[in-house]
Formats: sequence, C-alpha cells, structure tokens
Amino acid sequence: MLSKMKTTAAAAAVASAFAVPASAELTGDLSIFLDTSNPAPRATMEAMIDRFKAEHPGLNVETTVIDREAYKTQIRNFLTANAPDVATWYAANRMRPYVEAGLFEDVSDLYAEPEIAEGLASTKGALTIDDKQWGVAYTYYQWGVYYRKDIFAELGLSEPTNWEEEKANCGKIVASGRACYTIGTKYLWTAGGWFDYLNMRTNGFDFHMDLAAGNVSWEDDRVKQTFMNWKELIDMGGFIADHQTYSWQEALPFMVNGEAASYLMGNFAVAPLREAGLTDDQLDFYQFPVINPEVALSEDAPTDTFHIPANAKNKEAAREFLRFATSPAEQTIINNGKNLGQLPVNAASSVDDDKFLQMGFEMLSNNSTGGVAQFWDRDAPAEMAKVSMEGFQEFMVKPDQMDKILAKLERARGRIYK
Amino acid sequence: MTVSSDIPDTESWFHRNQQRIAPWLFLAPGILFFAVYVIAPVFQSFNLSLYEWDGLGEKTYVGMRNYEDLYWEYVDRDAFFTSLKNNVMWLFLYLLAIPAGLFIALFLNQTVRGIRIYKSLFFFPFVISQVVVGLVFTWFYDPNFGLLNTMLGWIGMGPINVLGNEHLVTYGIVAAGLWPQTAYCMILYLTGLNAVDPEQIEAGRLDGAKGWSMLWNIILPQLRPATFIAFVVTIIGALRSFDLISIMTQGGPFGSSRVLAYYMFEVALSEYGFRMGYGAAIAVVLFLIMLCFITYFLWSMYREEKGH
Repeated sequence: MLSKMKTTAAAAAVASAFAVPASAELTGDLSIFLDTSNPAPRATMEAMIDRFKAEHPGLNVETTVIDREAYKTQIRNFLTANAPDVATWYAANRMRPYVEAGLFEDVSDLYAEPEIAEGLASTKGALTIDDKQWGVAYTYYQWGVYYRKDIFAELGLSEPTNWEEEKANCGKIVASGRACYTIGTKYLWTAGGWFDYLNMRTNGFDFHMDLAAGNVSWEDDRVKQTFMNWKELIDMGGFIADHQTYSWQEALPFMVNGEAASYLMGNFAVAPLREAGLTDDQLDFYQFPVINPEVALSEDAPTDTFHIPANAKNKEAAREFLRFATSPAEQTIINNGKNLGQLPVNAASSVDDDKFLQMGFEMLSNNSTGGVAQFWDRDAPAEMAKVSMEGFQEFMVKPDQMDKILAKLERARGRIYK
Repeated sequence: MTVSSDIPDTESWFHRNQQRIAPWLFLAPGILFFAVYVIAPVFQSFNLSLYEWDGLGEKTYVGMRNYEDLYWEYVDRDAFFTSLKNNVMWLFLYLLAIPAGLFIALFLNQTVRGIRIYKSLFFFPFVISQVVVGLVFTWFYDPNFGLLNTMLGWIGMGPINVLGNEHLVTYGIVAAGLWPQTAYCMILYLTGLNAVDPEQIEAGRLDGAKGWSMLWNIILPQLRPATFIAFVVTIIGALRSFDLISIMTQGGPFGSSRVLAYYMFEVALSEYGFRMGYGAAIAVVLFLIMLCFITYFLWSMYREEKGH
C-alpha cells in the first residue's frame, strides 16, 4: 500500500514536471476523435480531456465521440478527407493498413524521450511496424477464464493448471448437467479468443505469430493438434449449445444462471457479470491452463491506442496530448475501477485494487513469459481474421469437418498473403 | 411548314422550338442527377472491379483477376457460391408474397363494420422498420426463449435453432422478409380490387362463373397492373435483401446466409473488408442479374405503352 502511494506521488511529480513548461506554448485547435462511445469510457475520456484543457488554456480542444462500431468503417474516410489531430485505434496488424497507406504519423521521436521509453516499454512492440512506432497505447486488459467459484466449490473442483485437470473438471461439470463454458460466436471474434489460447498453449507464441503472419500452413500437423485439443472439449459437450446464435453479451446469462460454469473472456466481462448480480464470492479468475508444458505461457492482452493522423494540423499539441494521456498519473486515473477498469500501460502508474485487475496485472507481469498477443483479429490481417474466425465458428458447430475447414483456410492463406 | 411561314422572322429560335424543348428542360435536373449519381457510378464500379485496392493506398490494375477469383470461389462452393445460391432462393421464395398478399386482400375486401381497422392491422408490418422486423424474428427464433420453440414444445417437437442452422437460416430470414412484403402486396391488390368492374362480375355470374373460375377468369385479368407492380417490387426487394441479413445473422452461421449484396459489403466496407475491387466485381455480378429483370420490366412496360 505504501509503495503504491509512493509511486502515485512520484508519478504526479513527474507528470507535472514535464507538463507545466509546455503549457505556455500550445495554442490553436486540437481535434480529438474517440471511439469510446459507451457511457463509462466516454465519461472517463472526457474528464481526462478536461484535465488536459485545464493545463493548456490557450488550446481550443474539440472532442468528437463516434459510435465504436461505426468508427471502424469511418476511420478510412476521416483519415484521408478530414483528419483530426488525435484518433483512437488498435495496435498491431489492425493499424497496418493505415500505416502502410501513410495515414498515421511516425511518433518514434516520442519513444526516444526517456519518460516514454521507460514507461511504455511493455507496449512498444505492439505499436512497432518497420522499426518505427506509430502511436501510443492508453489501456489494455487481460484475457482469461472467469468462473463461478460457488459451482466449482459445489462440485469439489479446484482451478485447473494443466490440460488433464481442465478436462477432468469439465467432465464433472458436464456430468452435473451444466456446460463448462459459455460463449456466443455470432460475431465470430469470441471463437478467435479460444483459438488464440489453444494454439498458444499447444504450439507456443512464436508459432502462433508465424501462423498469423501466414508463414505456416493451416494443414500443418501442429495446427491440427490445436484443433484436436479443441475438439476434445467440444465432443464432451463443454460449450453451450446454439452458441452461433448469441452475441457475447447474450452468452452472459448462462453463466449468471449457473447453466455454464465459466467464460473465456476479456476483463470487460466482469462489469456486466457483477451488474447481473454475481458477487466477488461467486466470481473468480484463473489463467488458461498449460497444455504443452514445453512452451512458455503467453497471453492475450488487447491494447487500445492513440494515433496522430499524418494529415493532422496541430501535431505539436497532439504529441503533447499523447504524452499527457500516457503519463503515470493519468494512466492511474483513467484505468482505475471507477473509470475504464483496465490496466495502465505506463510502468510507473499503479493498478487499481480490484481483484481481477490485480490478478490480471500479476499474470501479465510475471506469468506470461512467452509473449503478449493482441488478439487474433488484431494480429492476423483483416481478411485472414475474418475467414479463419468463420472457420473456427464452423468447427465449433461441426468439429468433424476439421479437415475440410482447414483446407479452406489454407486456400485463403494462399490468396491473402502475397 | 405552311404554318411556319406565317410566323414573323423576328421570333427567336427558342420560341419556335418551345414545344420540343420544354419537356427536355423539365427533364434536365432529373437526367443530370440520374447521370451523375446512377449512370456514372455504374461505370466507375465496372472500372474499379479491374483493380486491387484497399480503399486507402494506391490502386493496382489486375485485369480480370477479381472475376477469376469469383469463378474459383464458385467452383470451390465457397462464399460466392453460397451468396449466389441464397440470392436465387430469395428470388423464388420471396415471390410467395404475391399469392399470399392476393389472398389476404381478397379476404379483407368486404364491407363489414370496422374493416378499415383490420386492413390497417394487416398493413402494419410494412410500416415498421426492417430493423424491428429483424429483431422481432430473431427473438421469435431464439433457441432459448423464442416463441417458435415454445410452440413447437406444445406439440412435442424438439427445439430447432433456425438462425444457427446453415440449412434453415435462409428460409428463416426469407420468412421474416415475407411478413412485411406480403402486407405490401396486399395493399397493392386492395387498391386493384377497388377498380374491378362490377358489371363484368355480374356478367360472369350470369354465365355461371363462381369461386375459382370467377377469380381466375374474371378478377385476376383485371388485376394485371397490380400483379405487375407487385412482381416488380418483390423482385427488387429480394435482390436488395441486406438489412434483415445484417441484423439477424451477420451472414452467419459461418457465412451460410450471405447474399451477394451482403457479401459485397463484407469484403469491401465492413470491419474486416479492404478489397474494394473485389467488392466492385461482386457488385457488377449483382448488377448483371438485376439487369435481366430490369430489361424485362422495361420491355413489358414498353409493350404496354405501345398497345394503348
């Protein structure tokens, strides 16, 4: 507790140290486009921008919040036609089309500054393409298995640490008339999360990234092994039925009603589960268990980012905003339990007391030595992500079609990567 | 020619040709906008379909490659094949709206107290947005709490997941689309029935026509204009079926409910779509299919005009 207060105090000192001298210079307009359209993140971001305004009274800041889904298609138009000075987006391959089209500003100079070089080292890789950095992270969150502690207690189960225990647990849960996992694959990406974990645990992080980069055949035996592991869970009735018709939110009631015991999800699932009435005594978290003990553990931790469009008009102020948003003090505030409820990206900021955030931070800091993946649809090129996630969904419904599905994905690989 | 000699030479060219110019002047704004916003984009699409373009960077000319890819997708029974097949299914099944609309119209074409209320209730599904129709039917089909499965349960039949089954999903969505489309056809036939000549019915009755033969030989021929319009709007409705698919399944499960319009959106404009040229090629195929119907419609309208 004491150490945390120290870091916060130190963070505040650092933040004010380099924010104050800059404030005298910044003038003009700064236009910020945000995709944080949900009420809570929106309020968080607006409050942060207000604090930024207070430090730079000479600057006229204009904020535009765009619906999160609509933003994904609108970004192409506004980056070319009517670019803001700062825009939110996602790391890794998701930003590649815009980087390659020359629409994002190279911000490697920010990473040369000592505060950022040290503070943001952990997310630097996710923002690097061609040895240059194209934006900064402002939040990230862990993935893992959220489970019903009370159901585990009732059946006498403990958190699994390896694949055998996982399957044994699942067998007992299925025998009690429940499904082990809830999932809603209507929008496909949830199946991508399962594939991420199964493949990273079976073949390791580097293999997974090679597959995302198109260097490995989908009909490779190692990929087949991943799917065989998946098939074991599917065949034993591990997943809820009819998951292809549900969104991830529609899959939540199965867990709340006790029809399913756990959920492989991002940390954002905790808030709706709590709102639905699950207490912290009922809800707990474990890291996805080891499958192949020879590969190091690696995790999914999707990162949300700020970028400066290449056509921005006030790049100096935009850089100052990026410094501000990633400063230890702001990172501590915007990611705390009352705001985004996620993990801060700056090493010098402190993590909220929330038990899930603490467990996630601990897991990502100490127990993810293999690497940190962004998420399947951010690591693989958009087209491959779409085709493959459709394949994952089909596989989860018709596991016997594995060979046919993999052949289809292999054909797509031949077409997409050139 | 003899008339023109009476007109003084001082009269301007515009005055002399007023009769011929006036219609073109009135048509000009329409023609201009139609050319700029409809005709030109058609050719732009054709052009774009010969390129590979992610919508952001440089375009690369690839010739007929996009069409070749479509051909191979067809041969492999991949996404393009599924979309085309579903489009054909939509075209045929959607036409059921015409007989259904006719029979509801015949049923409602009577003078009892409060008939207007019943007519408006039957017309109601056409008034509400397609988005709402999609949501209502999604809940109706829901495997967990949906009304359909509850009702099937009453007669002892097992639950079916209509929108999660790749063989049933298109039928399920078409059924949802038929609900408002039937109402539309019904209103077309109701207006048509108002114009049916009572004397012909009287004459038919004297000749002993009733029931089916009355409907087939006397009523239906008089409803031909209404049938033609109903056919046109239903075919167009089937080809632009996009909103229901987007709302109910997003093309799923595993892409089995896609139609060409949705597939085009997916590859070119959606979250994961960056293949503008490929999307344009799909749009061209869809356009060619539509062109068959448009030509037929124009031709039959032209024939009609000539007949009068």
